[in-house]
Amino acid sequence: MSHSIDQAKNAEKFLADTVHEERLDKLLWAMRLRRDAAARQVPEWEDLRTLASEIKEHTLSNLSDYLIQFEAKATANGVIVHWARDAHEHNQIVYDLLAEQKADLLVKSKSMLTEECELRPFLERRGIRITETDLGERIQQLDDQPPGHIVGPAIHKTTHDVAVLFSEKYGSDPKNEDVAYLAGVMRDNTRPDFLTARAGMTGANFVVAETGAIVVATNEGNADLSANTPELHICSVGIEKIVPTVESLAVFIRLLARSATGDTITQYTSTFRGPRKGAAMHVILVDNGRSARLGMKRFWHSLKCIRCAACMNTCPVYRRSGGLSYGSTYMGPIGIIMMPTFEIRKYSELPFASTLNGSCTNVCPVKIDIHEQIYGWREVMEENDQIQVVKKEAMRVADDVLSHPALYQIATTTLSAALEVLPHFAVYNRLNAWGRHRDVPNAARETFHAWYRKHRTVTNENDERES
Amino acid sequence: MQVALMVPCYIDMFYPQVGIASLELLEKLGVDVVYPQKQTCCGQPMANSGCYEEARATEDHCAKVFGSFDCVVTPSGSCTHHIRNKFTAGADSPEKQNLVRNTYDLVEFLHDVLKIKEFPWAKFEHKVGLHTSCSAIRGLNMASMSERVHDRVFSKPKALLSGVPGVEFVEFERVDECCGFGGTFAVTEEAVSAKMGYDKLAFMQKASPECIVSSDMSCLMHLQGCARRQKQDIPFYHLAEVLNGVSLGAGQS
Amino acid sequence: MHPTQALSRNTILEAVRANQPAAQPMPTIPHFHTHQPADLVSIFRESIARMAGVVVTDVVNGDVPDLGSFLRNKFPDAKVICSAIPEYAGTIRPASFNHWSEASTIDVCILRSPMGVAETGSILLSDVELQVNTIALLAHDLVVLLDPKQIVANIHDAYEHPHFKLRPYSLLMTGPSGSGDIGGIVVHPAQGAKTLTVLLSPAPDTGQRTG
Repeated sequence: MSHSIDQAKNAEKFLADTVHEERLDKLLWAMRLRRDAAARQVPEWEDLRTLASEIKEHTLSNLSDYLIQFEAKATANGVIVHWARDAHEHNQIVYDLLAEQKADLLVKSKSMLTEECELRPFLERRGIRITETDLGERIQQLDDQPPGHIVGPAIHKTTHDVAVLFSEKYGSDPKNEDVAYLAGVMRDNTRPDFLTARAGMTGANFVVAETGAIVVATNEGNADLSANTPELHICSVGIEKIVPTVESLAVFIRLLARSATGDTITQYTSTFRGPRKGAAMHVILVDNGRSARLGMKRFWHSLKCIRCAACMNTCPVYRRSGGLSYGSTYMGPIGIIMMPTFEIRKYSELPFASTLNGSCTNVCPVKIDIHEQIYGWREVMEENDQIQVVKKEAMRVADDVLSHPALYQIATTTLSAALEVLPHFAVYNRLNAWGRHRDVPNAARETFHAWYRKHRTVTNENDERES
Repeated sequence: MQVALMVPCYIDMFYPQVGIASLELLEKLGVDVVYPQKQTCCGQPMANSGCYEEARATEDHCAKVFGSFDCVVTPSGSCTHHIRNKFTAGADSPEKQNLVRNTYDLVEFLHDVLKIKEFPWAKFEHKVGLHTSCSAIRGLNMASMSERVHDRVFSKPKALLSGVPGVEFVEFERVDECCGFGGTFAVTEEAVSAKMGYDKLAFMQKASPECIVSSDMSCLMHLQGCARRQKQDIPFYHLAEVLNGVSLGAGQS
Repeated sequence: MHPTQALSRNTILEAVRANQPAAQPMPTIPHFHTHQPADLVSIFRESIARMAGVVVTDVVNGDVPDLGSFLRNKFPDAKVICSAIPEYAGTIRPASFNHWSEASTIDVCILRSPMGVAETGSILLSDVELQVNTIALLAHDLVVLLDPKQIVANIHDAYEHPHFKLRPYSLLMTGPSGSGDIGGIVVHPAQGAKTLTVLLSPAPDTGQRTG
């Protein structure tokens, strides 16, 4: 228990910083509204969601065949396909390829998978310099912070934050907070690396089995640069990213950007099917717990995720907690249902960082039943003894009282007794938690059941009150 | 057909006037309604915390008390949603299946079963900030949700309240964003829960309602707690009270 | 394949086979052509107008002299004009580059795209049109010719283009590069081209479909 991430405490710290919290909340709610506006432009929106969900469920339930098909097609295109069972094996494969290429500089575009595998520290310890080329990832890299959001990794930072950071790291003008200026600073500092790096790395949004291709969607074009400039292009991708055909790809492309930012499509949506002349292209298919998750009857649908972050933008808890509060590679609603599959103890509190309101489920373009899975993980935590012992005890006391009417009726005659009993208020040693920012409701002079007995029943000595 | 009234534990203890209003309202509508006195709770607080085993006895008891009725009505969307969609801690039984099948939120019962359109004994010439709970919207489909942009816009609570002469609704932003109660979330994530409540109140207050109404008292308990802490004395009413003919200012604790 | 690779491959595939749920069917995917033939050109213009830094201009008859003067007017300071289209010479052709990094010297790059997409305002480019992939990525400004008759309605139609099944590199470009990563404020450009100009110009009659 002492090693589990205390998301609530982290959220409280974030909330204390009213400037950053209110800004993030407003910004991401506006993103949610942009998503709504984009969906409104597509009369067949709900049909697309259903199709996307069905395509993914078909693919995942036939995944072994599709993986083999992809491998065969990609290999025929001149791509070299690797298989990594876990994060360490993935990192080792990447290192070996870079060493073979004599590359000491790697330019890379955004890949949550590489964050998951903690690739950067692994390579840096072995003397390889990495330049993150996605602007948000680069900001976080320079600041030595993990990404706070899977689409906009630095979305929690203000322009002031970035101006200060760039001045420290790039020597730019700390007083100039103009976004165009800052983007220019990034461009000027990254272009030289594109031109000299001997290796480039991308992730992939989708992997097409039919053609052996990978598809990457960015706004900056940095994935296209990372793949087309160096002589070695490495693509790391989770095995769940497969879609069967080019035709099916269209469904996801129509949903992805609209769900993420409200744009119809990202500015660079690129298909890489094979290496350019004189260059090499490698694809690393990564398992790292995905095959195990595939066998979880209640949770395998989380593998449908296309990493749009619509769930984070709509989540009222995420917007007020900040992405870093989850202490995890993936955060917000999708993070809650994915992270316990990596480390159940470390992320045992995450399923409770939710009001189960269901908004996430209804914006998810692939119809993952996110809030139902969050509820399901709570039960798993209990089954695996991950729930704090004191809390469980309080719940047991509640169950004893609430299953015995006489005990219940006695207990509810006084407020303090009621507060002991009612699980809403009974929380380990934070009994005054409700009252920190809210008034406690006043106990009624007379409970409903007392009123009813007085006003609606005929007094009867034989009336049994027992349990 | 006899209707059993289920009064959630927190209404029993803190807001009995809501139970009374629900009862009186059903009686006014000619419903043969009883209140089984051995009732306690539906088990939701424990189950939502993942404490399945610790909800079992309570759920079994609930099924025993209510399982023989053809119709169970409760003025709580969250309890209805729990019983209809998540009632799996206790053992399966004919009583339990019956209860799952026959439980209605009060709004559903009035709107879908009795199909009441008017409440002539009531008058409420006031601006109402109507809050509908996430259980009601996304769990019970009692109103359309903003995420599904192509759905027809509807609200059963609003339709019912429109049957009370004088009721006027104010429009406010983020109308179906969660208020932050979330059951035990309210204490385990107290800071975020309170901020959500403060934000919800701020959006509603911008539209200058004279009172805040909902068909879920759990949300109102949380919002009222936030409002009182901020020294706001805006009144809060359960929908049943307004339909039953409450006057503004009455029955506020 | 590296010796341990066979083991990794088999381990993963066996685990997947063992765990994958009961097979579910693949749905049929409609193309969602809603209604009467739409004016795809005007929808394309509307879609692309949403992207900053993009201008859509009609070039009369696609005549080379017009193209030349158009470029001289629009980019008066351009020294290196790279042309990937046969009917205009520019100052350099992609084939003349000794190394792809030389593309970073390009001020203006002219290309022809074989397809536009009305739904999104995208234009398609592949290694065929680019000849050297980096010319579209490293050039300062991009000018793309597009035959209005080669604008398809939506993304479903777009992915029917043979490039996606045949070419090693295909790019659907929608505006010049941009980013919203700083404070959520969208800014152009980011890493790629600073401006994109689309000229609606009928394709020269080559007697065959491009691609």
